[in-house]
Amino acid sequence: MRYLILFLGLLVFASPVSAVDPSEMLSNSLMETRAREISKGLRCVVCQNQSIDDSDAALARDLRVLVRERLVAGDSDNEVVEYVVSRYGDFVLLKPPFKGATLVLWGGPVLFVLIAFFAGLGFYRRQRRGAPSKPAAVALSNTERARLNDLLDKDGS
Amino acid sequence: MTAELGHFALILALFMSILQSTVPLVGAQRRHCSWIALAQPTAILQFLLVALAFGCLVHVYLISDFSVVNVVSNSHTDKPLIYKISGVWGNHEGSLLLWVLILSMFGAAVAVFGGNLPPTLKARVLAVQAMVAVGFYLFMLFTSNPFERIFPPPLNGQGLNPLLQDPGLAFHPPMLYLGYVGFSMAFSFAIAALIEGRVDAAWARWVRPWTLAAWCFLTAGIALGSWWAYYELGWGGWWFWDPVENASFMPWLAGTALLHSATVAEKRDTLKGWTVLLAIITFSLSLLGTFLVRSGVLTSVHAFATDPTRGVFILVLLIIVIGGSLALYAWRGPQLTSTGLFQPVSREGALLFNNLVMTTAAAAVLLGTLYPLLLDALGGGKVSVGAPFFNAVFIPLMIPMIVAMAIGPFLHWKRSDVTPALLRLRLAFGAALLTGLLAFIAHQDGPVLGAIALALGVWLALGAVTELASRIRLFQIPLGDALRRVTRLPRASWGMTLGHLGLAVSIIGMAGAGAWTVESIQVMKPGDRVMISGYEFTFDGAKDSTGPNYSVVAGNFTVRRNGEHVTNLAAEKRIYAVSKQPTTEAAIHTTLAGDLYAVIGDPEGANGAYVTRLYFNPLVVWMWIGTLIMVFGGAISLTDRRHRVGAPKRSRADAAVQGA
Repeated sequence: MRYLILFLGLLVFASPVSAVDPSEMLSNSLMETRAREISKGLRCVVCQNQSIDDSDAALARDLRVLVRERLVAGDSDNEVVEYVVSRYGDFVLLKPPFKGATLVLWGGPVLFVLIAFFAGLGFYRRQRRGAPSKPAAVALSNTERARLNDLLDKDGS
Repeated sequence: MTAELGHFALILALFMSILQSTVPLVGAQRRHCSWIALAQPTAILQFLLVALAFGCLVHVYLISDFSVVNVVSNSHTDKPLIYKISGVWGNHEGSLLLWVLILSMFGAAVAVFGGNLPPTLKARVLAVQAMVAVGFYLFMLFTSNPFERIFPPPLNGQGLNPLLQDPGLAFHPPMLYLGYVGFSMAFSFAIAALIEGRVDAAWARWVRPWTLAAWCFLTAGIALGSWWAYYELGWGGWWFWDPVENASFMPWLAGTALLHSATVAEKRDTLKGWTVLLAIITFSLSLLGTFLVRSGVLTSVHAFATDPTRGVFILVLLIIVIGGSLALYAWRGPQLTSTGLFQPVSREGALLFNNLVMTTAAAAVLLGTLYPLLLDALGGGKVSVGAPFFNAVFIPLMIPMIVAMAIGPFLHWKRSDVTPALLRLRLAFGAALLTGLLAFIAHQDGPVLGAIALALGVWLALGAVTELASRIRLFQIPLGDALRRVTRLPRASWGMTLGHLGLAVSIIGMAGAGAWTVESIQVMKPGDRVMISGYEFTFDGAKDSTGPNYSVVAGNFTVRRNGEHVTNLAAEKRIYAVSKQPTTEAAIHTTLAGDLYAVIGDPEGANGAYVTRLYFNPLVVWMWIGTLIMVFGGAISLTDRRHRVGAPKRSRADAAVQGA
């Protein structure tokens, strides 16, 4: 099922391999590690749901280089991300920021947990109140009883 | 000619399913025996007709009939045989045909093997099953006909996407569809039960094997897709929280919940309404998953605008199926009364907890998957919801559930005490804590979550083993007696133990591969060496060769550990002749401790140097072993005699006649 995306994705990026290229990498390994971490949270804006760290698109490469340039210039991780967001908008963040447009997104899961909690609580409450109007098990009709006996006989147990 | 025959069979199948969805339903309501009896032959005929249509499509693929559009866009004469066949379902139209084929196959299976079902229930189940089929036939015939002709026919086809020309992906869609469509059985039973107005232990017992089978296929399908991504995409990733993956993961979450609530409904006569609702939700998510992937809407809402007929059709179908069944549930659901009472701390309580967490997780994944679409459609701008969001939401939900998963099986039905269970689990707890601490100390620069996940995996694995040990009263009675008890355990309980154990093993794999992968990207000349996690990779240079419909560059590596030869790896890069698209075939050497994983990139300069990517992915194979254990557990449970009680070997037809 993944492959439809790859179909479409392939129109955009040539090959699924070779994302980060050695020529882009920084010699300072600490800084390179930071660059990798930052890249994993930034979306390749022309791809389908890929981070710039995974993507082979030219734009992703440009962004990777940009991230590294900012790091070399002395930016902190947050400053780098802010810089990229200022140019490409929130769309570039794979983890969407908490704000008006994403209120439902971030609030939703919390709400679901609350619903689940109160649904469970309500279930036990109702049960404790003596489960109103629970009729005793409906007696089997004669035909059903005959069928049951028949089946039990056949099962041989 | 063959294409027309297939097209005609498809039209006949539509009429057959219209018949199957109406006459038996009315017959069941009015108790007309002959009307009820129509369900069986129509279901079987419908299946035979779709099978014929499917066979025709396979045939036009096999003979490369390029007067059929579908073959032109997805096949090529040079393609190996297996990919000519898998090309049938590697596209929108063909995959829909596979979908209805499986749907009608399940229907026919009920018709043939469901002799012990009460005739009215059977008629209603088959009618509901056929209603879903009607929707799909109409969709195919009006918007997505796989048998469409083209004139003049081109000389050759456009070939199949090279990424799909892979054994893993050839069988991924059928597996997944067997899972998706398998849940249609639970759905049909749920709707039939709502129409009948009763759900009893027998109903739950009929539903469980179907759900279990669907769950096994879906688990295997997801694992296959993930495995494929791991070896084919070329950097060792295995789960991306990609919308397409989520589309199959949501039904899995809901289906897992359904599996557990059906157990409660069967054994304790409670949670019946909830089980019915879960069956509806699970299948709705399956439908949504099919269409999310197939409609192209995931790429952009504008896919709807470019092809409105398909989009609108899908939307209407989803609204009718999901809306209709939920409305029916709202109307008839309250009549499903339960009699079994239980305390929060009890086996049922633990299963209910599982249900609540799994559905919450499914809802959160659904929200995250659809949010960008909804926001965009409502004009709220563009937003990305990627892996960081899903991890932030999903993992906190799973941690308490896995903790509870080890405890639940120790609890008694109805009312229980958690202390004795915890006392029995003290060994598992100690071992988990120790493993977590050791992992934390060993990987202080890695994420803490890795250590936590590893500890949880150990906790759950030992929990499952402890439960098995206490069930056979190991060390409490003489060893021989205990071993004799092993052989007498019901297979359904083996299913539970193996299911939980499999998940535990998978979690251990995810912890290792997710947290502690070691990566090294560099340019290597022949003879260059790189050390990763104690393994020394020597690049021996790259060689060119050709495959059936592609050319290959194979980069060879020799791997040594402490000077001793471990393995040779040949990482391939293929260029497919028709599409000129490159694919990577990672070279993988699997060990229980971790996979050595090598990928070759582009050439660098003229001295035979290449960009190489080398990885050590710790414990990753445990993930696939774990899913195999899970699927195996499900299969064992399926063979439980209890699922077949009332399905006597002798004279099924006899029982049906007597029942009628």
